[in-house]
Amino acid sequence: MNEAAVAALLDGGTRLENVRRLSAGASRAMWSADAVGPDGTVQHVVVRTDPRGGSRPTPAVPEAALLRAAAQAGVPVPRILAEDSDHLVVERIEGETIPRKILRDDEYAHARPLLAAQCGEALAGIHAIPIDAVPGLIEDADPVATWRAMLDGFGQPHPTFELALRWLDDRRPPRTGVAVVHGDFRNGNLIVGPDGLRAVLDWELAHLGDPMEDLGWLCVKAWRFGVDRPVGGFGEREELFAAYERASGTRVDPEVVRWWEVLGTLKWGIMCIAQAFTHLSGTVRSVELAAIGRRVCENEWDLLELIG
Amino acid sequence: MNEPHDAPTIAQLVEAVREFLERDVMAATEGRVRFHTRVAVNVLKMVERELELGPDQVADHRAALERLGVGDEAALAAAIRSGALDDRRDDVLDVLRQTVRAKLEVANPGYLSPGMRRTP
Repeated sequence: MNEAAVAALLDGGTRLENVRRLSAGASRAMWSADAVGPDGTVQHVVVRTDPRGGSRPTPAVPEAALLRAAAQAGVPVPRILAEDSDHLVVERIEGETIPRKILRDDEYAHARPLLAAQCGEALAGIHAIPIDAVPGLIEDADPVATWRAMLDGFGQPHPTFELALRWLDDRRPPRTGVAVVHGDFRNGNLIVGPDGLRAVLDWELAHLGDPMEDLGWLCVKAWRFGVDRPVGGFGEREELFAAYERASGTRVDPEVVRWWEVLGTLKWGIMCIAQAFTHLSGTVRSVELAAIGRRVCENEWDLLELIG
Repeated sequence: MNEPHDAPTIAQLVEAVREFLERDVMAATEGRVRFHTRVAVNVLKMVERELELGPDQVADHRAALERLGVGDEAALAAAIRSGALDDRRDDVLDVLRQTVRAKLEVANPGYLSPGMRRTP
């Protein structure tokens, strides 16, 4: 990260201290820092950088526009402090993102029963974002075809995934509508405090699609982290659906959400294959990525329970 | 039993490396390296289980595929996609459950325990 450039984006005379890298992505990186103003005031910030910038094959998801539109729609998101073409500086919101802590620590005992409904309200807000407020989002018109093609790309047979693809093909639900879909709204991408949901993070997979996709993805078993409650390990579907219906005015058909949960479970399985291939292809050699290849069967087991 | 090689067996060698990681490396590391050491320990446990269970699983899997009249996983995947096995969905499900259970017995047996199951 170019610290001088980021400091210059903030108020004159600001300098960055305690700069710490939070994540190492192939295309993007995230940093935590303290922005110290000329009068000594300290603001905790998170900086997203996009080192590949203009060289990426597909346009980047317009994260700044998304955060602004989401805030406008009443969705809790970090406030944007500054930006240029290579950096996005947002406020750092205190709280927990690690699912196992959110689901088990006493500190979040009061928050847990609130989260399913708060997620329903946040999702209703996201889906109320006017589509033209965020130009540049891609629409996936046929996710079954998209993920079938992705699976084929690995050249590995997965009979259980084939059965799931047939199940999905035979039961395509009618469209609920076309909305801005977060694409990765789940336990792990939420900042939670003792008082409940504080912010929705990770907008990189946002796209245009059926809003029920987000509700199904939030219910995928992988995001329950071993706790037997369907919504992120913290709540019940009825709480999520009721809050969503109240806030959006859109009726939720549990069977449609279930279709998206099956698709989501399949997607996560294929994403696990992709992570193992990142290791096997030599792109990033990592024992962690290699091990993820052997977790694909967890998704196969979940799929057989869902469609068997 | 592992002629012409000497003791330790391959399983005992893997076990020795796993114990070294668990006992010495875990204690001497922190943060990212410690996390990856834990992952490596889990990977070696997986290898140990596959060494133990793998040979029987290969035989069981072959027999299961034979019941469906297919030779391997690729043929089964193709038959499901083409619809050739549509009239035998229950048999297909039985074989898939057996196969995925075998994979989990090696990869993560804890996933099969009732605590991780969905409520009905």
